[in-house]
Parts: sequence; structure tokens; C-alpha cells
Amino acid sequence: MSKSHIELTINGKKVEALVEPRTLLIHFLREEQNITGPHIGCDTGHCGACTVEMDDMSVKSCMTFAVQADGANITTIEGMANPDGTLTALQEGFREMHGLQCGFCTPGMITRAHRLLLENPDPNEDEIRNGIAGNLCRCTGYVNIVRAIQYAAEKMKESPVQEAAE
Amino acid sequence: MNDQVKVDEDRAERVEKLQGMGCKRKRVEDVRFTQGKGNYVDDLKLPGMVFGDFVRSPHAHARIKSIDTSRAQALPGVVAVLTAADLKPLDLHYMPTLAGDVQAVLAEEKVLFQNQEVAFVIAEDRYIASDATELVDVEYEALPAIVDPFKSMDDDAPILREDIKDKMEGAHGPRKHPNHIFEWEIGDKEETDKIFAEADVTIKEMLVDHRTHPSPLETCQSVASFDKITGDLTLWGTFQAPHVIRTVVSLISKIPEHKIHVIAPDIGGGFGNKVGAYAGYVCSVVGSIVLGTPVKWVEDRMENLSTTSFARDYHMSTELAATNEGKITAMRVHVIADHGAFDACADPSKWPAGFMNICTGSYDIPTAHLSVDGVYTNKASGGVAYRCSFRVTEAVFAIERAVELLAQKLDMDAAELRLKNFVKAEQFPYKSALGWEYDSGDYHTAMNKAMEAIGYDDLRKEQAKKREAFKKGKTREIMGIGISFFTEIVGAGPSKNCDILGVAMFDSAEIRIHPTGSVIARMGTKSQGQGHETTYAQIIATEIGIPADDITIEEGNTDTAPYGLGTYGSRSTPVAGAATAVAARKIRAKAQMIAAHTMEVHEGDLEWDVDRFRVKGLPEKAMTMQEIAWTAYNSPPPNMEPGLEAVNYYEPPNMTYPFGSYYCVMDIDVDTGVAKTRRFYALDDCGTRINPMIIEGQVHGGLTEAFACAMGQEIRYDEMGNVMGASFMDFFLPTAVETPHWETDFTVTPSPHHPIGAKGVGESPHVGGVPCFSNAVNDAYSFLGAGHIQMPHDAWRLWQVGERLGLHN
Repeated sequence: MSKSHIELTINGKKVEALVEPRTLLIHFLREEQNITGPHIGCDTGHCGACTVEMDDMSVKSCMTFAVQADGANITTIEGMANPDGTLTALQEGFREMHGLQCGFCTPGMITRAHRLLLENPDPNEDEIRNGIAGNLCRCTGYVNIVRAIQYAAEKMKESPVQEAAE
Repeated sequence: MNDQVKVDEDRAERVEKLQGMGCKRKRVEDVRFTQGKGNYVDDLKLPGMVFGDFVRSPHAHARIKSIDTSRAQALPGVVAVLTAADLKPLDLHYMPTLAGDVQAVLAEEKVLFQNQEVAFVIAEDRYIASDATELVDVEYEALPAIVDPFKSMDDDAPILREDIKDKMEGAHGPRKHPNHIFEWEIGDKEETDKIFAEADVTIKEMLVDHRTHPSPLETCQSVASFDKITGDLTLWGTFQAPHVIRTVVSLISKIPEHKIHVIAPDIGGGFGNKVGAYAGYVCSVVGSIVLGTPVKWVEDRMENLSTTSFARDYHMSTELAATNEGKITAMRVHVIADHGAFDACADPSKWPAGFMNICTGSYDIPTAHLSVDGVYTNKASGGVAYRCSFRVTEAVFAIERAVELLAQKLDMDAAELRLKNFVKAEQFPYKSALGWEYDSGDYHTAMNKAMEAIGYDDLRKEQAKKREAFKKGKTREIMGIGISFFTEIVGAGPSKNCDILGVAMFDSAEIRIHPTGSVIARMGTKSQGQGHETTYAQIIATEIGIPADDITIEEGNTDTAPYGLGTYGSRSTPVAGAATAVAARKIRAKAQMIAAHTMEVHEGDLEWDVDRFRVKGLPEKAMTMQEIAWTAYNSPPPNMEPGLEAVNYYEPPNMTYPFGSYYCVMDIDVDTGVAKTRRFYALDDCGTRINPMIIEGQVHGGLTEAFACAMGQEIRYDEMGNVMGASFMDFFLPTAVETPHWETDFTVTPSPHHPIGAKGVGESPHVGGVPCFSNAVNDAYSFLGAGHIQMPHDAWRLWQVGERLGLHN
């Protein structure tokens, strides 16, 4: 199958590649770029385990072709930590509030929550719940995920951090 | 006085530093998971690795007339196509199931359920493998399908399992029909029948715990790598029970067990789905043996929901007999159990219906009889314990719905009826009519605490008012109060009655103290999100006084971990947690000898103080565990072997019996059928609490899965045997928006036979939650004469109830 040339930025790094037109972004990231943080949970765009940032939007990378990411700026969970390597308020919040169990949804969930807090730095509980409705978690029942995001929102109010890898 | 305060403060500081049992220790696992550095099966990449994908049957029941793989094999990038014809000479076209049946790995002459595995295509990448599955030409002759389990044993029913049609003696006794699997019964039938014949009051209802699926977010997957030079097979996979998988692979592949290295890395949720052995695992192994390269198999979500196991599908005719005063005198249950096309239930071998005989619940019911008929149908095989011990959700659903129906018939409050019939605290250990010995409990205290917390009396008053308002046409909303009081049975189990394929259900821990006083411990269990790396370390920290942060817990590598039966049925804490405590105590005993020798006192002159042995009466004379560890290696007492480590294989003397009291308050719009959970209160008693934060997290998660099962989740089939809704488009997994808020609470009644008194908690909220939701719905409609409403209670079905009752006119 003929391949297309794409150029994009992944977690702050310029990447050039040849991809089949049908290659999904999630497979491109996981199989070809060794970025295994985003996961595949459903293949139908419902679970959000594959969520990545694409040009300031949360995107389900199992619903996106790699060729659609040509020229885009992509951030995954691997690009979320602070530049000095410490955990962000969100990553810390998920640990502090026990917002994860098996960890499979966590990269997508944190990536989505990151964008949610940039869009709405002071969300109420309903706004958080609606804001993560595209991300399924089978373990936590969401209570502690909501608390984790609230924790991060509070902490970021105290000391706003720069958006990672952007 | 001041000195005593100082001593106490010093001790409290040292206790806090340990991060031992009872504290809300933050999880060790989260550091990697929050950074995307978890290590799941599909993350694994090996040189030369190829990908497998299945050709699956479009029919529920059909004869295979021919399979032509030539077009697929001609596709560039395809390296092999396996069919039953390839596996048969190796005797691998069937594999043993945990329930004593066999299951087709690749279908030979017939397919018996939709999406059954027919051929395995192996290609250089997963896209080509998927392309090639469409190029395998299979000719089928469709046959009539059995979907309704009540029709399986009809005289004119088509025979499903031709491979065993003449084998009228099954793994669990005689079979009554070629589509019959087993009949299992327990209890005193004669006495039960007699009590029912003479009873003041009886109720009888067909209670259906419908077919659903555990559906962890990560599907089932494996990577097999066979080294043709050494003959070693390494198998990575989503295994809740890695050692059992090693034994099964050895038995079916004939590769000696020491040449098989099974590794379960991080697992993205299990909930019972990842206990069994699946065709994909076998085919990846065979593929790797044939090709000599690593073969990866990753199922997609549709394959997961429609093939690798299901849960429930229990059709329970449930009866209670009682006096006019509301004392329950007997219980009688008959179950038709739909096991699908192969009996691949994940139960201990002697228990074809799991622990369904826990169905007398939390009540002192003197006499009972239970019988279960397992039957084959044209559906996926399985019958796994979805976030519960074996068939315990089914059992608790039966008794908790039945008690509500009895209360209705007696015109008695459902909470009052429960309180009247509970096993009393002084009756423990309590022997149930169907053979279990409940270890400990205090049901009245738990129930009363819960009733007070939820404000039960006021809720009933509010409900009465709302019912009046509804009757007068002032509102279209009805209110339901759901109650459930469950007793679980977990921690399988004692070898006298619990084994899997002959392997007794012990579990194990191996603890090694390094000379500098840090620790590695290896376990026979395998976490799928339960936080074992955090909690086992807390047990060890408290037992031997080394900070949990200095303890590494390892699981899942069968080369290094001691043999264990794995994690399911809430058995990790009751069994491996016990092994951990016992092994730690062996270490402490040796440490005491070393300390006594070093400090030149008698062992009896020492006392344990958090993290050190002190000489009684000479508090300044002490040796910390770290000092003892160094001494153990470098200057042990004469005639004592150096080192400081211990292993324990723990054989539990009994199961543990966690319990809890749950309340749900629900408002339902009769015109739309939309049910809103206003409050959900869950009081759990899991004995000694190791990490309250993790317990609360387990309860939240279990309740959410219970909510899903009761309120919409279902694997449904049409009359042709087509599986309906095998994707997340249709299969209900609640998002953060639908999920109710959870209130948690607890009492503590330690298990008397467990070294640290812990009982296990992961599954209680699911077991207790399902009937609580269903009882809330049923309670809401009860004053309208609805009768028993079957689950799942989604809006469409509740709207239909409104139609049936003429509420929409």
C-alpha cells in the first residue's frame, strides 16, 4: 500500500514519517513511535483510553488517521510531566485522591482532564463529570477521579503552571 | 509522666513511618500509571514479532462444510493460517476447561456460537492479519439454534455437542439429555418439601440474573515466544492466575512446566474475565512453536464481549416459606444455568454451580434445598465470576429479591423482616442449612447503623406521601427504597473442597530481607488494579517493622513468584494476605532469636516494639529490624544458618464471610422510565481494614459495576443466536455523568481464623449492589401491583412496565 509523508510534533519533538493512509493515529503512536501511554480499549471511540491532545483539543486517536495529524502538535501522557520531570498537579492529584486503580484509562483520563482545566480552570462537579464523559473507567466509579481533578484545579489556582510541551 | 509522653510520641512516630496496616498509604503503582509508564501486554514489542487474528463464525449453529485458506495465504505479509486440521494432529484442537469440559480452540466440524473461532491468521502486522481474515473462505450449512435455555432439554432439541453426545456421564455426574451438562443438588429435599406443604405463607418467583460481561477496559491478549533452540516457551498475557495458566499450558502442549515462563505484566482490569484459558492464548502459543517467532494476539472489544466469557445467565425459581409472623422456615431454589456452548465456568472443580449454596444469605433459615441444572445453548461459553466469588452475585440476588417479595406478601416492612430473621451475633460460627460455616458477623449492628445513617423511617414516610400524590395525579414520579443485606463467601479455599483442575487453592508469599534491611516479597496472586504492591507491603511493614516504602512487592512472573492460584473471588487478602502475615511472622521469630543472642538475653526477655526487639525492663537496650537483618547475614548465632527469609503456602482453614448493609433511594419518571439514584449508602464489614483508601476505592468501583448490571448492562441474543450489542455502542458502561454518588461506611468484625482478621472486600459492593438497585426499582413500582420486574432496569424496559400497568393512558 502506498504511503503518505507526514510531519508532526509529538511531545515537543519533530517527527517525520511515512504512513499508510489507513493507519490510525493510535497505532502510529504505539507501534511506530513507541509511545504506549495512550491505550486501546474499545475501537469505537467510546472509552477514551486513547485520548491525546491534538492542536489544543482532546482527540480520540483510535478515531483519527495518522495522516490527519500531518502538521499537528500532539501531546500524550508522556509529554504531560513538568519540564523538570516532576509530576503535574493532575498527576499528583490522581495519586493523592486514589483516582486510578488498574491504570489503563488513566493516561487518557489525565490527558482529557488537562484540556478540561485549560478550558475551564474552575469547574464545578457537574462540569467535571460532563467534561470527562468521553472517558470510561471500569474501576473507580469516578468519585475519586472527580476529586483528583478538583485537587489539581485548586493547586493550579495557587500556582498556575505552564502548559506542558506546548 | 513527661517520659511516658515522650515514649508514646516516639512510638507513634515510628508507627507512622512504617505506613503499615490501617493507614491510607498512597499507592506505589500510581507513579508509573500516571505517567503512561504502565507495562501492559500490548505494549510489548519483540524482534520479529507477528500478529494473529481470528476468522469467526457468522452463525450461531452451523456445520462447517469446507475451509479454504488459499486466498489468505497468498496475501503478501501473511505468514501462516491455522485451522482445526493443523491443530488436530497435535491434539490441540480442543482444550480442557476449568469445569471439566473441553472447548474447541478452532472449530472442527461445527460452530456452536456466533463469533466462534474458526481459523487463526498470522501476519506481519495487525492490519494485514485483519485483511486476511476476510480472505478465508468458509462454507457453512446453517442449523437451528438453541437460544432459550429452557428449550435445551426438549425432546426435539437439536444436539449441540456432537463431540460428547454419547458421553452420558459428565464431569459432575450423569447427564439427562445430550444438551444437559450437570445436575447439582444440596440440602434436605424431603424436609424442605414438607415445610412448604405445611407453611402459613409461601412465595415463588422466577428470578433471572441475566447474561452480562465483566468487560475490563483492557481486553484479553497474549504474546507467545518459543525458543526452538532451548525449547523454552515464554508467554506474556492478561492472566489473573498466571501459575494455573502455566500448568494448563504444560498439560496441553506437553512442554515441561520448568520450560514454560508465564508472565502477567500490568493488567488493565480483570473482574473475572481473565481467569480462564482462551483460544487466542493457545493459538499464539501454537503459532510461535510452528513459526519460531513471537506471536501477539490482541482481541478487539467486539471479540471480548461476544467470545471470551460471559457472566450470570442464571434462571432461578426461588421460593420461601414463612410463618404468619414473618419467621422464614425454609427456602427452595431450582436453577436453569445457561452455560453456552462449552462448560467453561471458572469455578473450583467440585462446584459446578459455584457457591450458589450461599443463597440462604444472612438469615437463619433452618431448612433449604437447592438444585441446579446446567445446559448447553448456542451462545458463548463461560460463566465467570464477574466481580464476585463463584455465583455469589446470583445467590445474593435470589435471596434479597425473595425476602422483599415475602415482605410484600406478609405486608411487613422489608427491613423489619430482615432484622427478624438475621443470624444473631451469638450464633457465629454459624452453620447454614446448605453446608457453610460462617466465620463471624454482627448483622443487627450493621443494619441498625445503616438504617440510622440513611434515615430509613423518614424515607418511608416520604415515600408514603409521594405515593398518595401519585395516586392523586399530582406527580408522575415514583420513589423506591432499595435494601440489600448480603453475606459473601470469599477466599477460596480449603483444599478439602476447593481445587482447580486438581490444584488445591492455597496461596503463597515469599519474603526476603536484604542485609541492609530492605525487602522483596513475591506473591502467588496477581493484581489487576487492586493495589497489591501497596497493601501487601503494609501487612509486612506492620508484622516486621520495616517501612512499607522499603518493601518491593512482585507478582506475575512464574519463574520468581511462588506457586499461587491467582486473584479472583476476593481471595488475595484472605489467602495470600494470610500467607504474607505467616511468612512475616516466621521472619520475626528468627529475628527474635538473633536479637536475643546478640544482646545476650533469653528470647523470653525480649518484647516487640513496632520495629525493634527491646529487652524488657531495659528500654534503651534494643535492636531494630535493620540491625537484625545485617546480623542475620554477617554474624548469626552459632549453628543458625545465615540469611533472613521465609516462604509460606497458606492453606485456609475456612472461607471468609464479608457482609454489608446497602440502601438505595431512587426516583423514577413513569412516563420516560428514567430512574435517578438520589442516594446510595454502602456499609461494608470486611473484617480488619488494611488500607481504608483502597477499600473505599474498591467499594466505589464495585458499586458502579453493580449499577451497570442492574440498570442496563446485558449480553442479549436474538432468536437466531445473533449476539446483540457486543460493542460499547450498545453495552452499557456508565460514564461519570450517569454514575450515582456513593456514600461509604463500615463496621469491623474480624475473621477469627485469619492471621490478621481480614476478609476481602473487592467484590462485596458488586454482590450487594445489584440486588439493592433492583429492589429499589421493584419497591418503587410495588404499590402499583407490578409484580417482580426483571433486570436490567433500563429506561426502555421501565417504560414498558408503565405501559403494562396502564400508567401512560
